[in-house]
Amino acid sequence: MNKATFKGGIHLDGHKELTSALPTIRAHIPDRVYIPLSQHIGAPCVPLVVVGDHVKKGQKIGVGKGFVSAPIHASVSGTVVAIELMEHPGGSFVPCIVIENDRKEEWADSVIPRSDTANLTPDELRAIILEAGIVGKGGATFPSHVKYAPVEGKIVDTVILNGVECEPYLTTDHRLMLERSESIVAGLGYIMRSVGCLRGIIAIEENKMDAVAVMEKAAAEAENVTIVVLKEKYPQGSEKQLIYACTGREVPIGGLPLAVGVIVNNVGTATALARAVELGIPFIGRNVTVSGPGVRNPANYRVRIGTLFSELIAQSGGYVGEVEKIIAGGPMMGKTVFTDHLPVVKGTSGIIIFTKAECRSSREFSCVRCAKCIDVCPAFLEPTSLARLAKRKAWEDAEQADVMSCIECSSCVYACPAQIPLIQHIRRAKQAILAAKARN
Amino acid sequence: MTTSNDLLVVTSSPHVHSPDSVPNAMRDVLIALCPALIAGLYFFRLPALLVILSCVASAYIAEIVCLKVMKKAPTGEGSAIITGLLLAFCVPPHLPVWMAALGSIFSIVIAKHLFGGLGQNIFNPALIGRAFLLASFPVAMTSWSRPLDGVTTATPLGIMKEATGQALPSLGELFLGSVSGSIGETSAIAVLLGGAYLLYRGHIDWRIPGTFLGTVFVLMAIAGAIKGQGLWYPFFHLSAGGLFLGAFFMATDWVTSPVTKRGRVLFGIGCGLLVVLIRLKGGYPEGVAYSILLMNVVTPLIDRYTRSRVFGGVKSHA
Repeated sequence: MNKATFKGGIHLDGHKELTSALPTIRAHIPDRVYIPLSQHIGAPCVPLVVVGDHVKKGQKIGVGKGFVSAPIHASVSGTVVAIELMEHPGGSFVPCIVIENDRKEEWADSVIPRSDTANLTPDELRAIILEAGIVGKGGATFPSHVKYAPVEGKIVDTVILNGVECEPYLTTDHRLMLERSESIVAGLGYIMRSVGCLRGIIAIEENKMDAVAVMEKAAAEAENVTIVVLKEKYPQGSEKQLIYACTGREVPIGGLPLAVGVIVNNVGTATALARAVELGIPFIGRNVTVSGPGVRNPANYRVRIGTLFSELIAQSGGYVGEVEKIIAGGPMMGKTVFTDHLPVVKGTSGIIIFTKAECRSSREFSCVRCAKCIDVCPAFLEPTSLARLAKRKAWEDAEQADVMSCIECSSCVYACPAQIPLIQHIRRAKQAILAAKARN
Repeated sequence: MTTSNDLLVVTSSPHVHSPDSVPNAMRDVLIALCPALIAGLYFFRLPALLVILSCVASAYIAEIVCLKVMKKAPTGEGSAIITGLLLAFCVPPHLPVWMAALGSIFSIVIAKHLFGGLGQNIFNPALIGRAFLLASFPVAMTSWSRPLDGVTTATPLGIMKEATGQALPSLGELFLGSVSGSIGETSAIAVLLGGAYLLYRGHIDWRIPGTFLGTVFVLMAIAGAIKGQGLWYPFFHLSAGGLFLGAFFMATDWVTSPVTKRGRVLFGIGCGLLVVLIRLKGGYPEGVAYSILLMNVVTPLIDRYTRSRVFGGVKSHA
């Protein structure tokens, strides 16, 4: 089979063998959960509960103000004991609703299974998705009901489910495809129906051929759903690169996938959506890979939102070696956190622990114009030139050179033999340009 | 906090990095130069050794002094040693050692550090050193000797250019390197081995040597046909002189060659055109060094006009 892919990119050491063969297990349900009011892109939620309130599992406890927002729900039943600022895996401090678990696992009254799912209209589906607080599970946590909302003059003809999982170490999507294939196909069906489109694609990297087989079997019954096997390359799972690989369409500069008639969702989002539609269960849990050389027993967990990193790490046998970094997400685009006392949120796909051996700090050289950054850039930019402009604070020149098209996949930094922090310079330029735009 | 350390390290992504580094790449270039070094030492013996030592040592010292004077941290990546070695490779084996040292110092001080040091130079430093020596000491720089016994003789390209009536060496001799010429350029097989290693390690793009050599071959084949010569003629031009050394080790210099793929194709073709022009119509029997230096000048221009379109942008770029 001639496997589709995109131009550029890098070949990474996957390290997925640490967890790819391990079935997803249930993480211990903690005594306390910490549920941040902001777990999505967009306006943060306002709490619907106060300290002392009793809440049930699946009860809505925070609601968004803007359109681009998603409500949050209690992931356990119990008592709200505090609403306090906590570090968020995204890097900032966010108010969290702290719930003391009463271990009764009482479901909220709003959680009602549906039997009439075949007759739901797109509007009804989107309303369910909004109520369930579904956001993209791939990491960007974009509210799904917004993504599916019709836009005047734009027709969606393809929904792509992203099962690529190109970040090293992460295996949650891989396991999900093996274990919940029917749910993924069902979720895809609901997405297709809510946007009124006929073609569904489930994209999987060639390093997960077992998942390809399982998904093909699950999708055999479904109409208009195909499995596309993609080359193993980073950042194959990046939205624009994925669309190109699957459809040959290029999302125009500054445009959304909608501009080429495509919607992309993570496979995990599809299962969350299927649960919400069929069982009425909101987004209160997700799968998380805990892996890396710094943890004793790497594993894939089914985790309640709000469970602390430290509790998952403890369940994995604790730390080993000289731990230097805890990464929320994958090692290419994930963020390092400065404590393990922070909650799993809707966008937490993995917790990767690195020891001293993996944290190489080497000196930076001047650019020797080897052009490796240019060769690997999937956006066809010249990272070294952009970094040079950013160093000079030549923001306008950087904008002219399309710095805003950078998808921040960090492939350039990975490839740079001179260890230049290209992406930091580029981010700085992007922030400066956005700040200047906001001022005007 | 339950980690074994008190504090975690917080850094910006990515948290993994390729094993590539500038020092590793420089080490690979040195490894790639070894076959030519061995061949040069074998054919030209003690005089070659002295020139090589003189070039490398003075380049290294000049580098340290420059960094000191300019108050820069020592870089330690070994690029100065490569510059010294490459310069030694493209001068005659009997060059007085003080001239060799002078050329090497010129390479490092003028061509490299006065332009801003590592990564900032416009011209290939070793080639600038050679051009400087050729301009300053034209006689010493064009006094060639036969391999092994050191008897004075002309280079294969010199014989062809001057039509002295001397017999041209065979292609086999050119391939092995048992002909007169610069220290590191005579053995085609040794240089090709090194070039293949650099290609294998991914440090150089095939586009530059490929289009460079291809252009020379095609044009020389045409020129040969016009002159009524056979197919040996383009092969002779490929393996005589410093073409392989230039195409694999100097035209591919990261710093002074284009960064775009299309640009590298243009660069290689340009180098090839200039070599053919100089060899057939110019005053010098050899033209590799000047062809590369001239193309170095237009590298920024090439980069500018061969920039790739951005993903999602217009399909064809003006």
